[in-house]
Amino acid sequence: MTNISIPEIDIDTNRSHEPEDWRRFFGFSTDHKVIGIQYIVTAFFFFLVGGVFAMIIRGELLTPESDLVDRTVYNAMFTMHGTVMLFLWTFPVLAGLANYLVPLMIGARDMAFPRLNAIAFWMIPIFGIVLIGSFLVPGGPAQSGWWSYPPVSLQNPSGNLINGQFLWLLAIVLSGISSILGAINIVTTIFRMRAPGMTWFRMPVFVWAVLSAQIIQLFGLPALTAGAVLLLCDLVAGTSFYDPAKGGDPVLFQHFFWFYSHPAVYVIILPVFGIFSELFPVYARKPLFGYKVVAVSSLIITGLSAVVWVHHMFASGTPGWMRMLFMFTTMLISVPTGIKVFAWVGTIWGGKLRLDTPMLFAMGGLVMFVFSGITGIMLAAVPVDIHVNNTYFVVGHFHYVIYGATVMGIYAALYHWFPKMTGRMYNEGLGKLHFALTFLGTNLNFFPMHPLGLQGMPRRVASYDPEFAFWNVIASLGGFLLGMSTLPFLVNIVGSWVQGKKVSANPWRAIGLEWLIASPPPHENFEELPIVVAEPYGYGMNEPLVSNADKL
Amino acid sequence: MKKQTILTLAIAAIGIAAISWWVGQESYTWFPPQASAESILIDRLFSVLVTIGSFVFLGVVGALIYAVLFQQAGKYESGDGPPIEGNIPLEIVWTAIPFVLVMGIAFYSYKIYDQMEIRGPMEHDHSAAMVMSGSGDEIEVIAKQWAWEFRYPAQKVTSTELHLPVNQRAHLILKAQDVIHGFYIPAFRLKQDMIPGQAGNFEFTPILAGKYRLRDSQYSGTYFAAMQANVVVEPAADYQNWLRRSAATTPAIAHNTAFAEYNQKSTRAGWKTIVPAAPPIVNYSNPND
Repeated sequence: MTNISIPEIDIDTNRSHEPEDWRRFFGFSTDHKVIGIQYIVTAFFFFLVGGVFAMIIRGELLTPESDLVDRTVYNAMFTMHGTVMLFLWTFPVLAGLANYLVPLMIGARDMAFPRLNAIAFWMIPIFGIVLIGSFLVPGGPAQSGWWSYPPVSLQNPSGNLINGQFLWLLAIVLSGISSILGAINIVTTIFRMRAPGMTWFRMPVFVWAVLSAQIIQLFGLPALTAGAVLLLCDLVAGTSFYDPAKGGDPVLFQHFFWFYSHPAVYVIILPVFGIFSELFPVYARKPLFGYKVVAVSSLIITGLSAVVWVHHMFASGTPGWMRMLFMFTTMLISVPTGIKVFAWVGTIWGGKLRLDTPMLFAMGGLVMFVFSGITGIMLAAVPVDIHVNNTYFVVGHFHYVIYGATVMGIYAALYHWFPKMTGRMYNEGLGKLHFALTFLGTNLNFFPMHPLGLQGMPRRVASYDPEFAFWNVIASLGGFLLGMSTLPFLVNIVGSWVQGKKVSANPWRAIGLEWLIASPPPHENFEELPIVVAEPYGYGMNEPLVSNADKL
Repeated sequence: MKKQTILTLAIAAIGIAAISWWVGQESYTWFPPQASAESILIDRLFSVLVTIGSFVFLGVVGALIYAVLFQQAGKYESGDGPPIEGNIPLEIVWTAIPFVLVMGIAFYSYKIYDQMEIRGPMEHDHSAAMVMSGSGDEIEVIAKQWAWEFRYPAQKVTSTELHLPVNQRAHLILKAQDVIHGFYIPAFRLKQDMIPGQAGNFEFTPILAGKYRLRDSQYSGTYFAAMQANVVVEPAADYQNWLRRSAATTPAIAHNTAFAEYNQKSTRAGWKTIVPAAPPIVNYSNPND
């Protein structure tokens, strides 16, 4: 079933000279745990950068007039906010969690391709610098939104060859390559490196979810990356794939873009579903309800995610039959998603709940995910979408997905596995304060966007009619609160990493291979490879997970 | 005990249903006025979705809140919950119900869409509606960075304000000159992207006299947010009057927010932008825009 002998030898030969101290986090380490933490920390830095952009946006939107920054600056802000948050925060932080957790969870000593893993990571700071560096070129950074729809993205007021849009496209292409490399690595690892006895239906749901998500990267990202290369050709080489003035078709780019960028939402949310599925059993002390169905539903979502992209283009001049077809497929995807939600409620129900910080974040994330799922079905209904498409209703919807569910889920994961990663416990009081501020800030920030969208306020505007002022002020205050909410987190994580209370191998009494070994885990994770003998969520069943627990 | 559980659940479900119904009725007030025939259909669909959505949301959140309040482990309790791994009949039910529900929503949306009969720009068909529109009543809508201009070719009128007669089907021809723009009137609940090089036919029926906002809904560059215009829906007689008066007026340069702002000396640091198109020269423009 699994083939472990060759990678084992490979790892043994190139691991012996690495430093064991903090310096390894700043070098070209091939240890998946080091790379995982490198991803997470780098991504969090960019999360703060993207957050500063967001607060400049919310500052401008405090008043109806365009009065805080110039309109060009505002447009650059929302373009960079979206780009940084997706390509430099959400994707990398989830790649980091997958990197850290997947080999531990399946009982492997490292990823399948450790050097490729390091290369994929180090491309992130490189394209991050390219992207942020675009602030310094004449004409400023890209200002065409993170969609970069032509013809707007092809207009080049500065007249320079090296302009913000050029650097933006370069960064996106590099990001795409990095993610494809990461996806190849993770998928191969899950297929080939599982420990003896780790059959498909003994894999934790997080691993299932990561596998489903990374398969999307493999079929979807080539479309976006190729589409971006064509746009780059139009911009710098005078081709006319998308330029209507020269006979090109601008809507073609929209298809390339959304063929990947809708499934990309599932690349983001599936691992978060995985996190929910891991955490609820631990903090409710019950097995995951309907484990096999939850595991397989991720793969069904992967399949359906490939055939829903046109729902982003209902107003783009798509013919009626296409609108109807994609409405039906989009509605269908809510079924496997609904199964998961009910399974989580079934897991929590009747358990013995412990409301530690990770559980608070996971439950808060679940509530906001349900809300965003309901607005998502409204958006799938073509007649409603015709009205709210490209309004703040959509912005509110996807921020509930991306912040309400995803960022909350990521925080839950970071708190939950913090003791494993560092060997120390975080401060519970600061953690709860962080949760309260984040939950409040998220709802204050993003709920008002729904009434604004229903009233007809378009997204991406630097100024608006005074009738929209009330909800915008509340949203802005929520946004600033959300900015402040990161402070207790930073204090907690940095402080606890340095001098938190030392913990045992398994402070949560959780079931899982990663909890059978020391915190933090030794270099190659397992002394002897685990022999798995049970399904992953045996809470209350008193059964061993592996047959050689004392030899790991 | 079992009987009591079923009773409690039934009472909870009825309570949640009542609240959901109320929220669904409230949802009509979340919109701008219903100024087109299409808006009535869309608001009704939205209200149904809000009712169903509220029921699901309150059900899930209610269960979670109950668990948090009554099913917490004691401070020194270290036991596990009951090892329930699943329940096949329950799992089948909660797969089947959402499936039926969303398919029902999709069919209902399809029906509403069918009634709206919005014609996208790629459907250059020659159905009855199109033949009727050959009456010379078409209004050309021109979008450019960053101005709206409306042309009434039969009456030789140009305007920066869109005037429409109430209770008559409006026939628009949407033309974008430079980049993609979006034709969006929230009070009508209607929106259509305008692709350069593809003239799009667009039809709807205004049913309520008044003044509304037309906004660009597809991001079009620097002054995107300023690209708005007024839409005046008025009785047929007033509409004809307006056309006659406007036709007799000599064309003049209209006010344009983007152009004016661009030519104003700004004290704020910004980057180089595409130069806004010259303000339209039209028979009619409202100086208060």
